[in-house]
Amino acid sequence: MSSETKQILTTDGIPLEVSLKKAERKNKVKAFLLVAPLLFFLIITYVFPIGDMLFRSVDDKMVTQMLPKTFKAMENWDGQELPEEEVFAAFHEDFIKLVEDKREGKLSTQLNYTKNGFKSIIKKLRRKSKSFEEGNYKEQIMSVHKRWADVEYWRAIQRRAPEFTGQKYLKGMDMYVNEEGKIVSVEEDRRIHRVLWLRTLEIAFFVTVFCFLMAYPIAHLLATLPMKYSNLLMICVLLPFWTSLLVRTASWMILLQQQGIVNDFFVGIGLVADDNRPEMMYNKTGSYVAMTQILLPFMVLPLYSVMKTISPSLMRAGKSLGGTPFVAFWKVYFPLTIPGIGAGCLLVFILAIGYYITPALVGGASGTLISNQIAFHMKSTLDWSFASAMGLMLLSGVLVIYWLYNKIVGIDNIKLG
Amino acid sequence: MALPKYTEPHYRIWHYIYLTICGAVFFFLIAPLFVIFPLSFNAEEFLSFSEGMKRLDPDAFSLRWYKDMIYGTKNPWGLAAKNSFIIAIFATIGSVILGTVAALGLSSRHMPYKGLIMAVLISPMIVPLIISGVAIFFFMAKAGLAATHTGIVLAHIILGTPFVVITVTATLSGFDHSVTRAAASLGSDPVNTFMKITLPLILPGVISGGLFAFVTSFDEVVVVLFLAGLENTTIPIQMWTGLREQLSPTILAVATCLIILSTLILVTAELLRRRSERLRGINQ
Repeated sequence: MSSETKQILTTDGIPLEVSLKKAERKNKVKAFLLVAPLLFFLIITYVFPIGDMLFRSVDDKMVTQMLPKTFKAMENWDGQELPEEEVFAAFHEDFIKLVEDKREGKLSTQLNYTKNGFKSIIKKLRRKSKSFEEGNYKEQIMSVHKRWADVEYWRAIQRRAPEFTGQKYLKGMDMYVNEEGKIVSVEEDRRIHRVLWLRTLEIAFFVTVFCFLMAYPIAHLLATLPMKYSNLLMICVLLPFWTSLLVRTASWMILLQQQGIVNDFFVGIGLVADDNRPEMMYNKTGSYVAMTQILLPFMVLPLYSVMKTISPSLMRAGKSLGGTPFVAFWKVYFPLTIPGIGAGCLLVFILAIGYYITPALVGGASGTLISNQIAFHMKSTLDWSFASAMGLMLLSGVLVIYWLYNKIVGIDNIKLG
Repeated sequence: MALPKYTEPHYRIWHYIYLTICGAVFFFLIAPLFVIFPLSFNAEEFLSFSEGMKRLDPDAFSLRWYKDMIYGTKNPWGLAAKNSFIIAIFATIGSVILGTVAALGLSSRHMPYKGLIMAVLISPMIVPLIISGVAIFFFMAKAGLAATHTGIVLAHIILGTPFVVITVTATLSGFDHSVTRAAASLGSDPVNTFMKITLPLILPGVISGGLFAFVTSFDEVVVVLFLAGLENTTIPIQMWTGLREQLSPTILAVATCLIILSTLILVTAELLRRRSERLRGINQ
């Protein structure tokens, strides 16, 4: 049939198809306009700033802009032997300008990230440069300190020439670009970040396992008990859930301290001697115990909501067909709870991997995690680009976990509360 | 969960082991909170039970730390409590309005790119807090809002909206859209329909989302640590500083007050959840 003759028209004489499409579009716009305020608010205040972190983590314009003439002069330098007078003169010119603007301190901090030892020689250079004579800057600068005559230090300066750099990411993995431009690991005893990454993964993994082992039985009990009892017991799960994180951490600090109640109890039952009370706080034990208790509700709630939907008659059917209760549980009940297990483990693992407050308070030196390091660089060293780089490394780890989870279990299988 | 009479002995034993394990886990969950109560009434300056307290001697208990919390010299808690409530209330209002409106759009079947937009809207809940803290700090520093109440309120709106979006979308999933069409056919305009018909029906979801947003803001410390100046100190910040420096019993008095507050919030949230389930017909 030809569309020209058989077209259905609305009362206004517009083809129905067109009119419907128009209405559909209007509805789409309406729905989108409702979402728009929040969406744009989040894009501006949250999504862009995360992009800004990405930019900051690779941005290295600061040094590039502080030593423009030096880097220009260095373009012809092959980096084998000490640079020519031309480079020294350009460096001197840049440096005098920095001293005038009182920015040479920033330069020394920045160069010190690349190679240790710049701080003192830049201070010395500032003092001596006041009495420099014109011409032959190479000799004069080299006479300030013997490191200025060391080609390694000039190579270190040259490495800061590019505007963008991935060195913060390398530093986050305890690696750096050496003099020959190869990526190598730092010495064994200075690999602090790798230790932290591994510890973060280890603690997050074991906290997830502990939470699962503790949550499964009580979620099952809550789901099978009659309502009037389970509601009462549910309070034990929900009250900690709604209570301030700091309150719960404080209570663990009281319980775990050396003169604390847990230790008193151990002494009381004769497990440990009074003068030999174990240190349970300010180490990994503290982080494990406190984080497990704090994150436990996040495991119980998804498990409970899934178990609640499993009909008890399924277990009875399994048993009536000749399975022992254990077989019935393992073959029938357990597989049905997998969506809940997945959701709970994902939630707990991701919360644990980014944990900050509790490890900082009860973890001590051996129980702190990668997020403590990020906060340290944000607040104390003010190396924001490094904090951004580590933050993004953590974020990409989290996204990989989501992706894997989606592949294996399927994100739609998540059931929350 | 009484066992039937014919249960074999080894299952019976296993059942009691299971109940014991459950009991231990419940104890592990709830007991730490109850340690704080008696210790906050300690007459002495120690954070463990004194001999007098173990004998239940009335002289070993006092309200000393509560008095210190309220009247103490150079006392930070008054300002902190005021700031915390102001910030949490404004953050809750902001989250509820933005979140509810967005949830209305999201649950419309005409919404394009639903999955992608939902992912963006709930991302502050998924991304580890420390990363959100760094990102939000960069934004607030650029916008000149660091160390202001406005900055902290905006940051808490970011963190609180995902909870409102999730609870309200869940409530709307059981919502019968024919009632709004009925209202429209009777001549009501969309705003009026929303206020008179939709809102009362989804109110339990909105309020429980709001409670989540309130608690998130009231308890939030990571982002505030980056953003707050001395003037914007909040209760969590004060507790954090106190716990890092010296663990004084005044903190326990504050903690006790916070536990009472969270109990109140828990009761409200539970009542609302039940009402909402009843309205959606999920009641068992």
